[in-house]
Amino acid sequence: MHYTFDIEKGNFTNAGNASGSVKKTLKQLNVDPSSIKRIVVALYEAEINAVAHAYGGKIDIDIDGDKIVMVVADQGPGIPNIELAMTEGYSTASQKVREMGFGAGMGLPNMKKNTDKLDIQTELGVGTTITMTVFLKN
Amino acid sequence: MLLKDIIEKLNLKVYNEVNMDSDVKSAYSSDLLSDVMGNAKSGQVWITMQTHKNVASIAALKDVPAVIIVRNGVPDDDMLEFAKDNDVAVLSSSEPTFPLCGKLYELIK
Ligand SMILES: Nc1ncnc2c1ncn2[C@@H]1O[C@H](COP(=O)(O)OP(=O)(O)OP(=O)(O)O)[C@@H](O)[C@H]1O
Ligand SMILES: [Mg+2]
Repeated sequence: MHYTFDIEKGNFTNAGNASGSVKKTLKQLNVDPSSIKRIVVALYEAEINAVAHAYGGKIDIDIDGDKIVMVVADQGPGIPNIELAMTEGYSTASQKVREMGFGAGMGLPNMKKNTDKLDIQTELGVGTTITMTVFLKN
Repeated sequence: MLLKDIIEKLNLKVYNEVNMDSDVKSAYSSDLLSDVMGNAKSGQVWITMQTHKNVASIAALKDVPAVIIVRNGVPDDDMLEFAKDNDVAVLSSSEPTFPLCGKLYELIK
């Protein structure tokens, strides 16, 4: 099964909507609750980053029998140093974003912890594509 | 302890009255959203000073039955609306985080 969602540019209020829809769908598909929890955390963080650090983009999700693959592709500045970005506590979030409680530098570490595979492709000035795979236990 | 009993004992203001019979065994206190996303557990009540829509959206994603806003914080309209649509209780306390957590801990430890 394939699902697509748009991530609106600069729209913090709606960030998280795609994760919510995916959660509902996975429940309907009877995916086990512990996998759903991990998927939701990882997808939410990727969705928020596409709004906080880039100009929106899109989410593609493929679910087959034993795995879910989530591709979050944004148009944005790209990530100059992925290793640094992956460090817990590292954040370039704006003051405005920090006041809302984002910017702890925990999003990418959360994605790493909650997925079985995390791949980051990034091009400076073009955008970032995050591919996350979670193997489902059935 | 049932959420409705916690509300009574801690004298909380109720903005969205749902999950009143949910049995609260634990809570998570943080104003950093990714911290809550990564570390809060389903069923925990979330204590925070944040009042915007993402709070309700994270609570729903994490199966958090209730958010308690400290120091009489008022939820934004869109936070409350989202909480109503997604069955998240929204409460507030007149106290700051430290005494509120202390009292809640005494009740449910
Ligand atoms: N999609 C992206 N485009 C450009 N830069 C990004 C993107 N995702 C992450 N980054 C960079 O990596 C840093 C770390 O990201 P991470 O999600 O771990 O933390 P954060 O978003 O700053 O804070 P938090 O997720 O805790 O709210 C960001 O501050 C930003 O500099
Ligand atoms: Mg982030």
